[in-house]
Amino acid sequence: MENIYLAIVLAPLFGAIVAGLFGRQIGRVGAHTVTILGVAVSFLLSLWVFKAHVFDGAEVYNATVYTWMVSDGIRFEVGFLVDNLTAMMMLVVTFVSLMVHIYTIGYMQDDPGYQRFFAYISLFTFSMLMLVMANNFMQLFFGWEAVGLVSYLLIGFWYKRPTAIYANMKAFIVNRVGDFGFILGIGALLFYAGSLDYWEVFAEAEGMSQATISIIPGTEWSLLTVACILLFIGAMGKSAQVPLHVWLPDSMEGPTPISALIHAATMVTAGIFMVARMSPLFELSTAALSFVLVIGALTAFFMGLIGIVQNDIKRVVAYSTLSQLGYMTVALGASAYAAGVFHLMTHAFFKALLFLAAGSVIIAMHHEQDMRRMGGLRKYMPITYITALIGSLALIGFPGFAGFFSKDGIIEAVSLSTTPGATFAYVLVLAGVFVTAFYSFRMFFLVFHGEERFRNVEHHAHHDAHHADDHGDDHGDDHGHGHHGPVEPKESPWVVTVPLILLAIPSVLAGYVVGPMLFGDFFGDAIFVAEANDVLARLGEGYTGVMGFIVHGMMMPPFWLAMAGLASAWYIYMRKPSIAAAAKARFEWLYKVLDRKYGFDEFNAFVFAGGSVGLGRALWRFGDRLFIDGLLVNGSARAVGFISRYARFSQTGYLYHYAFAMIIGLLVLITVFAF
Amino acid sequence: MFADWPLLSLVIWTPIIGGILVLMAGDKMPDGARRLALFFSVLTFLISIPLFVHFDRGTHEMQFVELLPWISTFNVNYHLGVDGISMPLILLTTFTTVLVVIAAWEVIQKRVSQYMAAFLIMEGFMNGVFAALDSVLFYVFFEGMLIPMFLVIGLWGGPNRVYATLKFFLYTFLGSVFMLVALIYMYTRSGSFAILDFHQLQLGMTAQVLIFLAFLAAFAVKIPMWPVHTWLPDAHVEAPTGGSVVLAAIMLKIGGYGFLRFSLPITPDASMALDWLLITMSLIAVVYIGFVALVQQDMKKLIAYSSIAHMGFVTLGIFIVFMIYNNTGNWQGAALGIEGAMVQMISHGFISAAMFLCVGVLYDRLHSRQIADYGGVVNTMPWFAAFFVLFAMANTGLPGTSGFVGEFMVILASFKANFWIAFLAATTLILAAGYTLWLVKRVVFGEIANDNVAKLQDLNPREFLVLGILAFVVLLLGVWPAPLLEVMHATVDNLIQHIAVSKL
Repeated sequence: MENIYLAIVLAPLFGAIVAGLFGRQIGRVGAHTVTILGVAVSFLLSLWVFKAHVFDGAEVYNATVYTWMVSDGIRFEVGFLVDNLTAMMMLVVTFVSLMVHIYTIGYMQDDPGYQRFFAYISLFTFSMLMLVMANNFMQLFFGWEAVGLVSYLLIGFWYKRPTAIYANMKAFIVNRVGDFGFILGIGALLFYAGSLDYWEVFAEAEGMSQATISIIPGTEWSLLTVACILLFIGAMGKSAQVPLHVWLPDSMEGPTPISALIHAATMVTAGIFMVARMSPLFELSTAALSFVLVIGALTAFFMGLIGIVQNDIKRVVAYSTLSQLGYMTVALGASAYAAGVFHLMTHAFFKALLFLAAGSVIIAMHHEQDMRRMGGLRKYMPITYITALIGSLALIGFPGFAGFFSKDGIIEAVSLSTTPGATFAYVLVLAGVFVTAFYSFRMFFLVFHGEERFRNVEHHAHHDAHHADDHGDDHGDDHGHGHHGPVEPKESPWVVTVPLILLAIPSVLAGYVVGPMLFGDFFGDAIFVAEANDVLARLGEGYTGVMGFIVHGMMMPPFWLAMAGLASAWYIYMRKPSIAAAAKARFEWLYKVLDRKYGFDEFNAFVFAGGSVGLGRALWRFGDRLFIDGLLVNGSARAVGFISRYARFSQTGYLYHYAFAMIIGLLVLITVFAF
Repeated sequence: MFADWPLLSLVIWTPIIGGILVLMAGDKMPDGARRLALFFSVLTFLISIPLFVHFDRGTHEMQFVELLPWISTFNVNYHLGVDGISMPLILLTTFTTVLVVIAAWEVIQKRVSQYMAAFLIMEGFMNGVFAALDSVLFYVFFEGMLIPMFLVIGLWGGPNRVYATLKFFLYTFLGSVFMLVALIYMYTRSGSFAILDFHQLQLGMTAQVLIFLAFLAAFAVKIPMWPVHTWLPDAHVEAPTGGSVVLAAIMLKIGGYGFLRFSLPITPDASMALDWLLITMSLIAVVYIGFVALVQQDMKKLIAYSSIAHMGFVTLGIFIVFMIYNNTGNWQGAALGIEGAMVQMISHGFISAAMFLCVGVLYDRLHSRQIADYGGVVNTMPWFAAFFVLFAMANTGLPGTSGFVGEFMVILASFKANFWIAFLAATTLILAAGYTLWLVKRVVFGEIANDNVAKLQDLNPREFLVLGILAFVVLLLGVWPAPLLEVMHATVDNLIQHIAVSKL
């Protein structure tokens, strides 16, 4: 088995190295062939691994590949832990990655950085697989930061754009804030368990929950709670939870395929995966679970609200991703890890689909991203239209679509949870359902229905769209088509539409595994839930099969809230657009708050970025230059100079001065000895 | 077969003799001087390889020992030997010198033979510092090493080189004078100048504290620790690229080496009593210097400050061991700290060398180190940009690069001592990312900033070779640090056993 796991990980790495270092030699076709082959091998083998583990009941695999180093008796190793949870993640990662690789052929065809792009996304696939397959915290941290690195490289892919290179730096640094907590969390676990191996740490969980640590002198904190919250801070960075979410919307500066792969389907779900993997730890700390629950609920609702006021098609999907990540986090906090991971999986499919569909629209609109300049695209782009509809229905949780099962599972689980903060979270996630449906279909109607507003646009007004994906500007010459006058939209080529179709299939069907995944023993020992917290087990008591679940769901509030959201979007954006304008005018303060994204960016830029630079400047000017160098170093040099200026008066060079000094000295000595 | 050779004498004297030969060859044939220097640096590197290969990983005893009487009146001996702490540093020295010689190939046009000779002789002295087991011999090499560096900065340096050289020389010299006093005091007590005899010397607390402070003066300046760090940015800014590389990659490490070879084993009780001082200074180095690095306008100054912050991890890793013992009551975790400090030293040798070489590549083309003069370099120098981003990431401690290993170990070890120490140490994750990536953003990415950048040529094969070798080493050590760790275990374990026994 080890060779197969190694092949799964190394095949994309090989592709990345070849395409990255020899991109010029092998050319465009060579680059996409080698990387797609690498990922395809990875995907097929993952499929086989999935079958072996899930259907044939293969043993859980946990073994070391090689010893990274040994220090102080602690083994730092690189190794794989493959159980059903890992197998599912591997499948999701390699499948979405493969779709995105193929899609990229169409999306990036005119880009001069074509080979580089393929190298990056293959490198990403490698990093993500290392992350999900890790059997220890060191490797987890490696994957964790490596995906962050690739994300950095890809957000800044169009490195000439000031917004892109600002966004990628911001993404990396905000993620580092999370990693800062994460590494301390690892430190806390190692402190007690003396090992970085998952299983060895889990074995100590019980003891750790009894142990205490004195963080503020005089107080005692549960070591496990501290460790879990620190680990979760890492998850907040990677999975963009409030208040570390600020990097994700800006990451839309990257090309759309990576928004689908990294910033929707896989990397941002790493935090969710990590918490699920660490369930034996989190389960023993109610305080940590409560923290997770509240943060998730805040993200789920308040980030969804921002989605309503966005006009950039990618930003709507981005805020939707934030909100859905919040749902997953809520599930984790409610101890419904399986529901969180289930939603992770369905979301990976339908959100990747929505992003790629948005990308397809963006291609057709010649890199226009403002939805106010779209509309009526349904008849020009039938495949994109249908797949986007499937994606949207899955997102809002329409009965029968994938998102319905997973999201309903989460909401019901929260309603049963007794973790402190569960009621608060329940209200927010329920309200979030309406919001989700509203912004999703607002986008859907604005893009695909109604008036063909792109014909009204006199010229391609890039200067207006402050966030527009204007990479056409950089590579405009390569495109060979003008940016002036109305565009004639047409359906995208097959390399774009085929991935859409292939992603649409699981966006519908993936939900039907709800039985085994939520209520069955799919995850086995991979996920541990304490007896008292096991909301899914209680939920499962009433489970009578998929149809029963659907029928039951249609009688519950989430369904009706979703329908209300869909209907409101239809009414406001299809029937009476004046309502939107009126509401905007009436609730201008609210609009402003949402449009400014609650002011997080301004706050961070002013307090943290500005504050750091100001502090650095002050320390440098006053600490280093004025005090240490000015006063101590040059000051002592000056003091020496000053003293010697007077001391040298005694060195006159006249013999009688020296003779006089000698006589005085002799007298003094005689006096001393005589008495 | 090599085990019986006087390898340590060879790695010391081959470059020194080579340097003298290069110097005698003169500047009539600069190419000849270059080739001769390359020959000797490569030869020295090759001679040093058996030190690693034939190193006995199972013992803490000194290996490759050579002992000859030197000044028998004072019982001073020509005594050489290496253990797991010094051997890797010798390899770092011989390796770095080869790169420095290659990197100077076309860049240095004036007084080529003198430049090359200075670096070769310096290499010999630095190897001597690491290999010396007699403290007088150590002191001679320790001071002797300053002279070629003084000349390198003073002759091939920038406009403000006189101030920088004087500052560099006086600062480091002042520190080492105190050390000399301490060495002589211990000679009067033990009748020997052998460092290993000092280790066994029983000393009272007052004597230990005074000796500790004397060593601190020497090594804190060298490494350098806050607040005696301000000579370093000035020296780096004025030094030619090769000078910066040797300074950052090797000379700073002598401070860390000194703590491990002298301070800890000779004055364990004073080290434990004053650990709070060293830990505080280290944490200030990490946090304070991190902020200061953020606002630097000069690339070399920025990297110099970043070096100081990274050296903070070395001193933190070394002195955290006492706090671990005080907090947990045992020495579990101490080896993690010290080995982390060692790895950090080696890794920083590669990364800082690479960063300074990258700045050198830019400086050779535009003759400016100001960040503001660059922007969008990736457009004209894609290969350079790739290397620069890689080394920048290594500088931020990205896993998979060598920069991660040491920092990770030290942070994990600090957690055993105190949560807040780990907390402050871990801020480097954010601060290093901040100053390094901001540098990358302003220099490498963006539109082409000006006509000068538009005219830049990408790396030539020679530069590519140098940076490529460093990239390989940085990645290799990042994915497989085990071989480096293996040579240290026995020595570090012995050191910890030694400091665990009070001398009082």
